[in-house]
Amino acid sequence: MDKVAIIGIGMTKIEADKRGDTFADMAWEAVNLALADAHMTIAEVDNVVTTSNDFWDGRTISCMAVGDATGAGQGKNTSCVEGDGTFGAFYGLTRILSGAYGTTLVTAHSKGSESVSSLITNAALDPIYDRALGLDMVTACALQARAYMHRHGVKPEDLARVSVKNHGNALRNPLAQLPLKLTVEDVLRSEMIADPLHLLDCSPVSDGCCAIILANEQRARRSARQPVWVTGVSCCADAYYLGDRDLAVPRSLAQAAKRAYAMAGIHDPAREVQVAEVYDAFTYQELMWIEGLGLAEAGGAKDRLERGDFDLEGPLPVNPSGGLLGGHPVIAAGLYRMAEAVKQLRGEAGSYQVDGAKVAVAQGLNGLCGQSHCVWTLDNRS
Amino acid sequence: MTDVELMVIRSVGGGQPFKYAVGEHGSRFFHELKEHRRIVGIKCPKCGKVYVPPRRVCGPCFAEMKEYVEVGPGGRIGTFTILRYAFIDPETGKQKPVPYGYGFIKFDGADTLFQHYIDIEDESRLKIGARVEPVFAPQRQGTIRDIEYFRVVD
Amino acid sequence: MGKKRVAIVGSGQTLHRSRRPDVNGQELIHEAVQAALSDADLTLADIDAIVIGNMDHFEGINYVDCWSVDGSGGWMKPVIKLTTGGTTGSTLSIGGYHMVASGLFEKVLIIGWEKNSESDTTGAITTAFDPIWDRLVFAGAISGLAVEAQAYMARYGATDRDAARVAVRDRRHACKNPHAQLRQEVTIEQVLASPMLADPIHLLDVCPRTDGACAVIMANEDVAEKLCPTPDWIWGTANRHSYTYLADVNFGALDSMAGAAKELFAKTGIKEPRKQLQVIELYQPYSFAGIIWIEDLGLVPRGKGAEYIWSGATDLGGELPINPSGGVIACNPIGATGLIRCAEVSLQMMGRAGERQVPEVELGLSTGFGGCMWTDMMLHGKRKPE
Repeated sequence: MDKVAIIGIGMTKIEADKRGDTFADMAWEAVNLALADAHMTIAEVDNVVTTSNDFWDGRTISCMAVGDATGAGQGKNTSCVEGDGTFGAFYGLTRILSGAYGTTLVTAHSKGSESVSSLITNAALDPIYDRALGLDMVTACALQARAYMHRHGVKPEDLARVSVKNHGNALRNPLAQLPLKLTVEDVLRSEMIADPLHLLDCSPVSDGCCAIILANEQRARRSARQPVWVTGVSCCADAYYLGDRDLAVPRSLAQAAKRAYAMAGIHDPAREVQVAEVYDAFTYQELMWIEGLGLAEAGGAKDRLERGDFDLEGPLPVNPSGGLLGGHPVIAAGLYRMAEAVKQLRGEAGSYQVDGAKVAVAQGLNGLCGQSHCVWTLDNRS
Repeated sequence: MTDVELMVIRSVGGGQPFKYAVGEHGSRFFHELKEHRRIVGIKCPKCGKVYVPPRRVCGPCFAEMKEYVEVGPGGRIGTFTILRYAFIDPETGKQKPVPYGYGFIKFDGADTLFQHYIDIEDESRLKIGARVEPVFAPQRQGTIRDIEYFRVVD
Repeated sequence: MGKKRVAIVGSGQTLHRSRRPDVNGQELIHEAVQAALSDADLTLADIDAIVIGNMDHFEGINYVDCWSVDGSGGWMKPVIKLTTGGTTGSTLSIGGYHMVASGLFEKVLIIGWEKNSESDTTGAITTAFDPIWDRLVFAGAISGLAVEAQAYMARYGATDRDAARVAVRDRRHACKNPHAQLRQEVTIEQVLASPMLADPIHLLDVCPRTDGACAVIMANEDVAEKLCPTPDWIWGTANRHSYTYLADVNFGALDSMAGAAKELFAKTGIKEPRKQLQVIELYQPYSFAGIIWIEDLGLVPRGKGAEYIWSGATDLGGELPINPSGGVIACNPIGATGLIRCAEVSLQMMGRAGERQVPEVELGLSTGFGGCMWTDMMLHGKRKPE
């Protein structure tokens, strides 16, 4: 794969309700932060890929709302991916690798505050067979959590530790929505939402927008910023119907990770990856995705977590930013993971910096129970 | 093929309750409309274009706009049509009453058009360039319906 | 790796109909996928990635990229959804192009689909527009197009009779296309006598509502010629989704088409489109567009569109046939429509367009339309580009 780098990032604060902001206002903020970060003007953006979801935004052709705010009004070539921001960035990457464009501006946004999330995610259920059962993202993920816990003897305390870690990490991230000092007991005593998921096992549904700027090698080397190189990337979708999958096994994630690592020449991810930003929409997901990413053995994440391996001070910090438990703008979520990984590799993560981090993995997902994943490996060395 | 009845399952999967943020620019527009029956647009500092309704960004210039400008309330028909076919209004779930006049109005002083109803009591008066003025709702609530419709005054 | 030339090596379409109660959405998708695989003599195992799209609110299903995996064949493959409203199909063709050209994937399956019968089409299109400013008045695609026609007519004196001639052309062409939904000719008088939907658009001026799917397989230059004796080479793409608010649009001309054409033609060496192109599949959702937008394409000067249409130049057998497939007026499964334009041009380039084949094609154009008067376009060629 030709060399492509991330040369600019911009993230709005993640909040429960950005009442004063339209989608366009959020996009304007994130895009300008990214341009300023890259020391670029919009004229140097060769094309734009926005990422949004029509259901979450309450308008089909959701990309229409952010056109002017992202440079579409300037006569640029643009497109829109409907899925997590990691997929938007993936398509944006192909538009550089194809030789068509030197830089791509990628944005991803949603405002969970504007809708009823359980209705939005219930709409992901097949209307013929499943929707009338009333499942939504939380209840479907509760099924998966139970399957995973049963398979590997994972306890509620193990899940709770993820929440304690991530909300605690969020204390150091000024953009996070939910910085909280918690104990395992706090999590276990929080309201049971859908067994086995307590309130504090669940991410909130937030508002936010993230923008990143990708550049080909030539443009990246001219950049005023230290480029963070994309060394590997892959996507993979598992089966749709929940009953068609072994919910306890993150099969599609494992395949995407394997392919990304192969591209990057990473042979022993558990040792070679120095920081990971993963899609912790729920506590159990962080454990599952750590394993799917090859950062722990199947069922082994809980022990590594308990030992402190994934803490900020540990050998492999996971979600030093606080992750999605710290604030979850759906759709933008994976792009925030990428942006946070970039901060780490630039040494710009301030009080949640992972010292000397050179190799990061960022992961996003789309669909129920992590059906479809996109894995990125990043490196700050040329 | 089969002799089984081909079924349909009904769902309101697409019909979700929403609360859309209007944003500060739109809120200003509706405030002026509701309280003062005034129409405001916003002017681009780079190209000078006046946009109605006001919004943050001039797309072609990729510039932030801050200068509100009063426009109208009268204007001209930029383009229009008369809707004659029935369809379900997605906002109400009910059939839209037809026929109705659908217009793009250029307020005096504005450079872009503004969508709203045009009265079609006399269809022949609807022409591009015809002068129109808004008919304000007596009780206004800060929505697009604070203007009931536009009427041709030529 | 990277920067590969790309060709279409096969495509498939369902038999598009106003209603397909015999299939659910997944099955509809699968029909097109099977047709494309069969056309290219490939199996799903040969496919490296899937790009899929539709307009969500027509079927009311969220995360369609995930839901559709059984039908699309995307199981354990990279699957990405692109969606941009009416332009979705053409956005998808552009997406597939970049995915293959990037060198990351050798063969990509592109799928556009829509089951318009499953919802109220106009209601769903209305939700595409701004909820605060536009939805009160907006009446779906037709209203947005009628106002364009009014503006053009006021400026250039065209009439609905001129537009009807476009409808007559497309409906006649559709009779030779087994996939098209509407395969019955209409006369000018019939068009003008059909119910007025939104002045000046009559029922027969405008696209129907369709259930249908289309799948296109693109491959890189390393394998394209092994898979297909005469593949359809992609010479270039350009698009403009320039307006965010419908009322910002400069009605009476299609700015986005002019902008996209200028860019595409400049980078592919098209200086005289009328001479250098042999076929155009124009995403033309209503008849008047057939007059107005060919001016924006640069085929004829402003105001001369109607004259060109009446000359017969754009009929099959004419100098530059437009919509030999019958186009959008004969068939419109919205998420697929733009991709069907691409597939139809590929059939022309491959010499496999049957009764609707344009003779001696070298270069062809497929376009997409939708949203706030947006345009996508793609240039196809019989020979490999430089």
